[in-house]
Amino acid sequence: MNKILASVRIALRALKVNRTRSALTMLGIIIGVAAVIAMVGVGAGATARIQDQIQSIGANLIMVLPGSISSNGVRLGSGGVSSLTEDDAKAIAKECPSVAAVAPTVRGSVQVVNGNSNWATSAQGVTPDYMTIRDYSMMSGEFFTTQDVDAAAKVAVLGQTVAQNLFGDSDPTGQVVIIKNVPFTVSGVLTPKGQSPSGQDQDDVILLPLSTAKRKVIGGNKANAKSVNALMVQSAGPQTMDQAQQELTTLLRERHRIQPGEDDDFSVRNLAEVFAAQETSAQVMSILLGAIASVSLIVGGIGIMNIMLVSVTERTREIGLRQAVGAKTRDILSQFLVEAVTLSLLGGIIGIVLGLTTSVLISHFANWSTQVSLTSVLMAFVFSALVGVFFGYYPARKAAYMDPIEALRYE
Amino acid sequence: MSDTTAVIEVKDLVKDYKLGQVPVHVLKGISFEIQRGDFVSIMGPSGSGKSTLMNILGCLDKPTSGSYRLDGISVGELNRDQLAEIRNKKIGFVFQQFNLLARTSATENVELPLMYTDTPASERRERAMKALFAVGLAGREDHQPSQLSGGQQQRVAIARSLVNNPKIILADEPTGALDSRTSIEIMAIFQRLNREDGITMIVVTHDPDVATYSNRNIHFKDGKLQLDERVAQPRDAKRDLEQLPAEKPEEVIAA
Repeated sequence: MNKILASVRIALRALKVNRTRSALTMLGIIIGVAAVIAMVGVGAGATARIQDQIQSIGANLIMVLPGSISSNGVRLGSGGVSSLTEDDAKAIAKECPSVAAVAPTVRGSVQVVNGNSNWATSAQGVTPDYMTIRDYSMMSGEFFTTQDVDAAAKVAVLGQTVAQNLFGDSDPTGQVVIIKNVPFTVSGVLTPKGQSPSGQDQDDVILLPLSTAKRKVIGGNKANAKSVNALMVQSAGPQTMDQAQQELTTLLRERHRIQPGEDDDFSVRNLAEVFAAQETSAQVMSILLGAIASVSLIVGGIGIMNIMLVSVTERTREIGLRQAVGAKTRDILSQFLVEAVTLSLLGGIIGIVLGLTTSVLISHFANWSTQVSLTSVLMAFVFSALVGVFFGYYPARKAAYMDPIEALRYE
Repeated sequence: MSDTTAVIEVKDLVKDYKLGQVPVHVLKGISFEIQRGDFVSIMGPSGSGKSTLMNILGCLDKPTSGSYRLDGISVGELNRDQLAEIRNKKIGFVFQQFNLLARTSATENVELPLMYTDTPASERRERAMKALFAVGLAGREDHQPSQLSGGQQQRVAIARSLVNNPKIILADEPTGALDSRTSIEIMAIFQRLNREDGITMIVVTHDPDVATYSNRNIHFKDGKLQLDERVAQPRDAKRDLEQLPAEKPEEVIAA
């Protein structure tokens, strides 16, 4: 350890002798490392933003929609029949081990009124599980309870957009809104989620207890009072998504008495799959940016090799002297290698600082989210050390295998 | 081993170089011995092969044929790194151009050979200080070569050659870059090291005056030993210095 420190000190002194030259040589590595860090940061930021959007829809979410059925060769679109029921939801929650929660939902368009203001929005009849599945939190007030659902209580939870349009800046909690002539007490307001990845305003919504929505607002299916529009299913974890999907498909086929070979009368959508594609493209972009930046790191490495070759030639007599007084091949080799690595590591550290600064500036001024991970910093550090070893080896070897007689005589 | 043992034994030493296609015979079969405690000067015109001999004696080069034993070790069979170790342990070098590391203090220059041993830092420093003291440079430990006169620089170089407690010191034209008074000062140091510490000295020189301070002269010509004579009464450099007209000693001026 002491020996390494001593060689680093000697290397630093040698580099100090030619300050300008050392600084210019380092500049190549500095720019390379800074570019890698900033570019990978931009790429990771983009990926993280997509992941955030997926999270905003709800973690590990599977949607089950009523499927198409064909009747006399005419195929109705997805949701064309109301094949799903509240009982399906209960059965899935009970019998599928990979499923964490299930929320049956109905939806419809409504006009919500508060005094002089009114606003058209989408009403959803849901159960309290919906809140956890969609990962909602309350900005004020509370979500309605299972008792409210059982009792068909006239309570409502407003999305931020609806609250804004009906109540302005005042808190609607405890106030009354009227939907289809039925007064609903506002029990709370949801924390805004912003736009969905497809551009929809996720806060333009009013949530009602499933039972109340069916009876008073949206109107149930006369033939089947228990039918619902969709089931929101949350799997136990990201790994069990596929398994949960399989389990509930099997269960639903069984419950709906679908023979093997027949089409499902429901469809299952896994939103994560849609965004996985987007995420992949963001990752490809960040790899590309990183690759371009790495090229400049390699160019910086060539600069180091060049300057080390000059340095070895300039110090031929010193090398000869060191050999004469007993330096072995590996002593000289390690001396010049340490010098090259010191040069590249110093450049690497400055580059890391510069890269971090750049990515902060990018996210501040260009309003791009950037995310510099510890891994990319460590990678840049290790990579610049490797550049030093790789490009420093040839000059160091040249020095180590000099003929001491010629080296001592060198003018 | 007694004082009369040979520290250097050279037998039928031949060195050929290839100059393009033409082989050049630089050393044409040389045999001699140098005893422990000898002070040998090697003289000869340019191209006589004395530099080549120096390189071989200094384990910087290997003979084409013949044998060279240094302190009982046959050097011809050693590889590059083993030669480096021999140089490190048994030989001190003094060059015409001093060959000190620029922008490096006297102490660190003297420490250099110890850097390639396992000597701990504190002991390195201590030995370097002792060597600097021995050549009369106490108080100049932190001076860099550019702050020292030529004579002082050569003394730093001598201290560096001493620091490993070598068996022999090889000096290649050690006074070639110095004025005559400083040359005598350097020879006085060599004589003291030779007499008091028993270090075998080998000095290559053009200058017949310098050769008069040794107790054995070897003359080279055309790659062969031409003359090998013992000097019964070598001149004493210290006394010569005292007899020189009163001139302020150099270090006083430099200080």
